[in-house]
Amino acid sequence: MHIEIKYFGMLAEVTGCSSEILELSVTPVSGLKEFLFKKHPGLQQKDFRIAQNQELVSEETMLTGQEIAILPPFAGG
Amino acid sequence: MKTTYKNVFKQGPISSEFIGASIAKHQSKTGIGAHNIFLGQVRADEIDGKAVAAIEYTAYEEMANKKFHDIRETTFEKFNLTCMHIYHSLGTVKTGEICLFVFVSSPRRKDVFKALEYVVEAIKKEAPVFGKEIFEDQSHQWKVNS
Repeated sequence: MHIEIKYFGMLAEVTGCSSEILELSVTPVSGLKEFLFKKHPGLQQKDFRIAQNQELVSEETMLTGQEIAILPPFAGG
Repeated sequence: MKTTYKNVFKQGPISSEFIGASIAKHQSKTGIGAHNIFLGQVRADEIDGKAVAAIEYTAYEEMANKKFHDIRETTFEKFNLTCMHIYHSLGTVKTGEICLFVFVSSPRRKDVFKALEYVVEAIKKEAPVFGKEIFEDQSHQWKVNS
């Protein structure tokens, strides 16, 4: 399936883009992480969380292909 | 259908005129007996001998506005508040300028003290907002909430 991944803050610097479309088979979040580490090795040293449909998800959550975002540590306020 | 949430973000710093006008607007709400206000100000942190000159804020805006909505709902459930307003800056905010404005109001003081702390801590922890600390020499590092 095609999924659009959004990158924010320092992670957009690491990947060199704010979003990209990836072709992935059905996988849990852990599989997406492995894929991203191969594509953007710089991410391996970074602390980040993944949101699907605007909610943080765990490694076991299955990707549905809708609105995936890779989020660095929060710094609001 | 996609729900649209109230937009909390303002471009650039939050001015004292805006804050003053927000307070003035509450004069007609005479059931209120206590306001409490939190103002987050950009601090000139010094790191390796270089001082922070500004923070450039970005956010995952759709998710952040949803989170702000959730925080607002939870706060109204937990505390007896008459109203609550949250504004957060996007873009460049220089040191000494205001980047976060939280305003809670209640008939009585005890609720606003507790509610304000709850809201501010929840924002720091849950809102996907990112800050690039820009130094005077234009180099930068990414801010992380402690």
